Amino acid sequence: MRQESLDKKSLIITGGASGIGEAAVVLAARAGARVTIADINQAAGEALVTRLTAEGHTVQFICVNIGREADVKAMVDAAVSAYGRLDGAFNNAAIVGFTQSGKHEKQLKFAEIPTDAFRHGMDINATGTFLCIRYEIEAMLASGGGSIVNTSSMAGILAIPNAPDYIASKHAVIGLTKAAALDYATQNIRVNAVLPGVIRTQMLQAAIEADPGIEQWAANVHPIKRLGEPHEVAHAALWLLSDAASLITGISLPVDGGYSMV
Amino acid sequence: MQGLNISGKSIIVTGGASGIGEATVRLAALAGAKVTIADLNVEAGVRLVKHLQEQGCAVQFIRTDISDEQQVQDMVALALKTFGRLDGAFNNAGVAGFNQSNLGADEPAKFSALPLDVYRRVQEVNVVGTFICMKHEIIAMLQTGGGAIVNTASFSGIFASPGAADYVASKHAVIGLTKSAALDYATQNIRVNAVLPGAIRTPMLDMVFKSDGRNKLLAAAHPNGRLGEPEEIAQAALWLLSDAASLITGISMSADGGLSMI
Repeated sequence: MRQESLDKKSLIITGGASGIGEAAVVLAARAGARVTIADINQAAGEALVTRLTAEGHTVQFICVNIGREADVKAMVDAAVSAYGRLDGAFNNAAIVGFTQSGKHEKQLKFAEIPTDAFRHGMDINATGTFLCIRYEIEAMLASGGGSIVNTSSMAGILAIPNAPDYIASKHAVIGLTKAAALDYATQNIRVNAVLPGVIRTQMLQAAIEADPGIEQWAANVHPIKRLGEPHEVAHAALWLLSDAASLITGISLPVDGGYSMV
Repeated sequence: MQGLNISGKSIIVTGGASGIGEATVRLAALAGAKVTIADLNVEAGVRLVKHLQEQGCAVQFIRTDISDEQQVQDMVALALKTFGRLDGAFNNAGVAGFNQSNLGADEPAKFSALPLDVYRRVQEVNVVGTFICMKHEIIAMLQTGGGAIVNTASFSGIFASPGAADYVASKHAVIGLTKSAALDYATQNIRVNAVLPGAIRTPMLDMVFKSDGRNKLLAAAHPNGRLGEPEEIAQAALWLLSDAASLITGISMSADGGLSMI
């Protein structure tokens, strides 16, 4: 049967130097994709390129803050310049909510979040994702189409405590997903979202350090009673990017051990 | 990445002799799965078995009315007897509603005009039949450490369409069954999910919309501007059955060219 064929596809993966993004980079590169890794963490991104290049894979790194339009444009240009085209993009870069960032000792409810912090969350997670989608679509249209997957969250359809910035931004990512999916549905561009539950990543580790209770809470609220692993979300994202998902566009795919059904 | 690895798995596909079920049987069998095909249509089922056996596939057919508990028990027993275990099941058998079958008149009957006996029959097959299948599949899967189930719901499992109360109610119920079973067995390594096809080019659709003109209208209602192909739903169902979807349970995956986002 047709595999999740990513062989020779040119893919961009943002937030690709750690966690879910890193897992996706590794799986995609080993499946033969040519991967442009975008991340704000230069050291981790370059180390990943060194490791995968040594395995014989075709990858490159570019340091990107997705909230800066010039960075995003340079990222797409780098993919097209190195690999001739852009077939797929996994827009996965994001920041945690202000309360979860460890910058503040106290758990902050909605009205206690500094407005600047809220605006920053929206700038990176929502506007940054908008910028990525926008320039990726331009590149994809130039070569007949492509597929985009955005990392939303279970917080993209439900609320969690003390995270208005994160929740609003991840809900917005679902809106961006549907809007782009609809506008390009007849031009061979598919756009979907994955909605991870709580996944064992460095971003989660930071949140656990800010609030140690999060780990136990997280395992318990998932019907499968465990945290997810980065590769489990990566598999879902790469499947949606593949041609096997040719009829699927505009959807929100929970990858959450049943969290969103209860 | 691990690709769509279902080789060696013992899988039941109901409604497996035509349309989406047949496409799934073919993909699964050619990928190395051991497939038990259940359908009411003996002639088509036997022909499919012969065709796939000639290509070296491990497949068998059993005539099954999914609303008859004894027949469903026989179906599961046959899968266990021949292939030693049950790893996956695609509960895909279903019937169209009154207005969508050749029972209906030219002018669609609205809600209150639906004959009660037809309404009951649609629930009996689509809901009770799916429940019976899940029940006995789960019992078998628990004996060998778990498995995965995918049920065919529909776009009509989350939205209404005109004159289709019987079908719409039954497919909404399939989503309820999916979540209930997913929750009850989440910690026992059984995952249960639903696929929600839009309008797919199948014999059932041909029966529902006899004229080509109606098919064109139907295609235009989907944002991607076309009907889906059975193989596209098969790809989604088999991916959900595979271990790549290990973190996914209780979800409703639309595969509808964007129909459910608008």
